[in-house]
Amino acid sequence: MINRNPQLDSHRKLQHLLTTEGLPAAILLQILDTAETFVGVTERDVKKVPLLRGKSIFNLFFEPSTRTRTTFEIAAKRLSADVFNLNIAVSAQTKGETLLDTVDNLAAMDADMFVVRHAQSGAAHLIAKHVRPGIHVINAGDGRHAHPTQALLDMFTIRRFKREFHNLRVAIVGDILHSRVARSQIHALTTLGVPEVRVVAPKTLLPSRVERLGVHVFHDMKSGLKDIDVLMMLRLQKERMQGAYLPSSEEYFKNYGLTPEKLSMAKPDAIVMHPGPMNRGVEIDSAVADGNQSVILPQVTFGIAIRMAVMSILAGQPV
Amino acid sequence: MNIMRNISLPNPELLFDQLVDQVQADISNYTALVGIHTGGAWLAERLYQALSAKKSLEPLGLLSVSFYRDDFDRIGLHAQTKPSEIPFNVNGARILLVDDVLQTGRTVRAAINELFDYGRPASITLATLIDRGDRELPICAQYIGAELCLPKENMLVFERDAHGRFSLRLENKKDVVNGAEDLPA
Repeated sequence: MINRNPQLDSHRKLQHLLTTEGLPAAILLQILDTAETFVGVTERDVKKVPLLRGKSIFNLFFEPSTRTRTTFEIAAKRLSADVFNLNIAVSAQTKGETLLDTVDNLAAMDADMFVVRHAQSGAAHLIAKHVRPGIHVINAGDGRHAHPTQALLDMFTIRRFKREFHNLRVAIVGDILHSRVARSQIHALTTLGVPEVRVVAPKTLLPSRVERLGVHVFHDMKSGLKDIDVLMMLRLQKERMQGAYLPSSEEYFKNYGLTPEKLSMAKPDAIVMHPGPMNRGVEIDSAVADGNQSVILPQVTFGIAIRMAVMSILAGQPV
Repeated sequence: MNIMRNISLPNPELLFDQLVDQVQADISNYTALVGIHTGGAWLAERLYQALSAKKSLEPLGLLSVSFYRDDFDRIGLHAQTKPSEIPFNVNGARILLVDDVLQTGRTVRAAINELFDYGRPASITLATLIDRGDRELPICAQYIGAELCLPKENMLVFERDAHGRFSLRLENKKDVVNGAEDLPA
């Protein structure tokens, strides 16, 4: 049988984390359960464990990021790994080096793991296929394609607050078209057995035939948020305003911005999530972002535990 | 699965009673019991119940040691890791570490390292239901239910049934996938 999923080895063990698409529920749950064990580590006197002592992890960020890069760095350091941050946008690539040449050079410096963010979809896949066995690749966001650790920390947050997946109605609201986060969330939610996943967005911000991912499509917030347990807001990227996607940010806020009034359509105990960075007054009202249904800051905290879990599972796979 | 029928194993419930007697005669108030996952945790739970009638103990602790094992590079992370829970202040604490089977001493080494990441205990002692020898590190237990001499290729499996009763059985090591009672050499 041909192994079609480049993340898994011939024993169906995780060697790279590139996307949540096609990952079996057992592996998603293994990551969530492992992350659960890391949450308590940060409450101790010594906030690190010696698991990845002596391992070298390279953060390759070809695209700017503060939160994701920082949480990967904290996660690596809490596992006692040596972490190197390369801001490639301003280094070798501007001198004309190709992506794989950059990777080869770093591998020659005995890298054990690469954490990759790139504006091109498929960049992390390309690196994963290129590196020798024993080097692991984590996709920290590639183009419009995938952002698996964000989706996993979202699943972790949902499980923490809602306990189960099989009885939930989840709505993803905003720019689905350009969002790698939304794609990774949809794959993770459906694999983990969430019976109803909705996407709520204007027609211009939805991919064509999005229903094929197993979601229900809504174009207005009132019906889209009705009886929802979990709201996952997406960031509206400012550059979208310049194209023909949207008339104005005020108009967008009026129709799709999450206000207390729109939130009242959801269940009273619904939780509100956002991957950050937030545009207050564009996709979310401050009263909701700072309100008691918001779990946006716990998401950031859980992001560290999720990244520790992914790194330690990958680093522990025998070659 | 090849169960060794020619080796007779002691009744773990009787060994447990002996262990309670030994520990009870010796430990002081405010001792903190810490069980090592999973068998040691079951044992520590029962020990806590038996001792807390006469002694006032610190709340029961639990160690997973998954992140401190010395075989991570060879076998990776266990598929089922459980969180450690240390609900008392380790600084200055008198800790009684509890494990089901003591063999190489590697699990105990990992547990001691983990405890020190919570703080600096005043002392750590060790209780085990069965000491089967074959030590690979300078570690010994202060309280022992029984000493057994078993063939190295056999794995001694400690189990707890739905009623909380303990049992012991032997397995061939190659048959055992995920129930290591002590770290391999």
